[in-house]
Amino acid sequence: MLVRQAPDIRTADITDERHYVNRRAWLRTAVGGALATAAVAAVPGSPLVTPVSAQAALPNVKKSGYTVDEKWNSYEDITGYNNFYEFGTDKEDPARYAGKMTTRPWTVKIDGACAKPADYNIDDMLKWFPLEERVYRFRCVEAWSMVIPWVGFPLADLVKRVEPTGKAKYVQFTTLMRPTEMFGQRDPVLQWPYTEGLRLDEALHPLTLLAVGVYGKTLPNQNGAPLRLVVPWKYGFKSIKSIVRIRFTESQPATAWNQSNAREYGFYSNVNPEVDHPRWTQSRERRIGEFFRRKTLMFNGYDQVASLYAGMDLKKHY
Amino acid sequence: MRYVKPLVFAAMLAPLVWLVARAFTGGLGANPIDRITDETGTMALRSIVLTLAVTPFRRVTGWNEVIRLRRMLGLFAFTYASLHFLTYIVLDQFFDWTAISGDLTKRPFIMAGFTAFVVMVPLAVTSTAGWIRRLGGRAWQRLHRLTYVAAIAAVVHYWWLVKADITFPRRYAIAIGALLAFRAWHAIRRRQSPAPL
Repeated sequence: MLVRQAPDIRTADITDERHYVNRRAWLRTAVGGALATAAVAAVPGSPLVTPVSAQAALPNVKKSGYTVDEKWNSYEDITGYNNFYEFGTDKEDPARYAGKMTTRPWTVKIDGACAKPADYNIDDMLKWFPLEERVYRFRCVEAWSMVIPWVGFPLADLVKRVEPTGKAKYVQFTTLMRPTEMFGQRDPVLQWPYTEGLRLDEALHPLTLLAVGVYGKTLPNQNGAPLRLVVPWKYGFKSIKSIVRIRFTESQPATAWNQSNAREYGFYSNVNPEVDHPRWTQSRERRIGEFFRRKTLMFNGYDQVASLYAGMDLKKHY
Repeated sequence: MRYVKPLVFAAMLAPLVWLVARAFTGGLGANPIDRITDETGTMALRSIVLTLAVTPFRRVTGWNEVIRLRRMLGLFAFTYASLHFLTYIVLDQFFDWTAISGDLTKRPFIMAGFTAFVVMVPLAVTSTAGWIRRLGGRAWQRLHRLTYVAAIAAVVHYWWLVKADITFPRRYAIAIGALLAFRAWHAIRRRQSPAPL
């Protein structure tokens, strides 16, 4: 089993932020006689990312048992290379342009089939649950992956608090819609606002996280501040960012990539090396920072979710 | 032309120099292999568009000497396409022939890109004055119309690989479409009026 209870990450295994910042400078000067491929394989992230110090440290974060014992990707890779189409379709665009997004005041509308629908203030919500750090694998549908230390709380805690009714079978999430600050929303690349969804039992699974931070600090905008979903056994696009609405529904809700191309992006989108994307293979992935591709694991290595899909043909329900 | 040609050469080579410089100084971001693939592919496509633009440009401006840039631009297209292909084989797949053959038989966008590359090989080989002489001007010209096939296959390759944002593939499709349409229009007009232009 790849996910273990409470394996402590040794302090020695974590690259101090001072050091990877220095390593960049060192690499710049150490041009020397290194082979091009070696250099290519070793280079860290883009220089355009938010400096680590820009985000506030989150207090009282406890370590969670839901943590993988793998080398973390650097803060600059995590915050400098990702998809957030609301800010452009290049993977450096979010780091470049997400700074424009205003994240306070921020309300999350919770509605649909639940007993306590309301517009909740994010700062109030943050006081409801203790924060924990969980190191998860993150697998993008584009066949690259990272290991990311998120800070957040289980979605299940929030769901239970607002008391879904018997009619609630699914949960739909919606991202902020604000084209003045999110210029990508001016082009109909996807149907805006971005939406995602989970089956209620997926939403209640203990692995499903609502993240508010990364590397012990509040989320930078490009990573989905102030509140985002993290579903580690599904392709990255399921982990919707900058959430403003959570709605409980009776039928399967619309989701952005599925609306854009249903044949390529299913509602479930579980990481599955057996089911290829129609245009590329999903059997292997490139871990950012590594040269060789590695094998993609079923459910991204989170075997404990398999029971959610017992009896389902995952080739059909991709 | 004495200054134009070296200037164009330098301008075409500059993106490669810039790419290599960044590869050695950590400037290629979190996913350098992806970046190299992307930039060599883009440069191949740009070079193809410029190569195809030479003849229409000459016809419109009457500046006949510009034809002397065409072979160089075409060879840049082949160079960048080769680097793009090698990046895929060596850096991206690292000679994983099972994966590569799987891609080549199952992935339409890879097939289109491979077609574009393969078609360019005989064009690069026969780009010398000796080969023009050996083949004869007319046969050589007919062979080199394969450039159109390479251009279309290359843009299809790009179009099929993007996830949702077709902004850039569409730009190249429009450029190549316009340049090929110019040729069609010109050929029809010449057939209608036998007098040479």
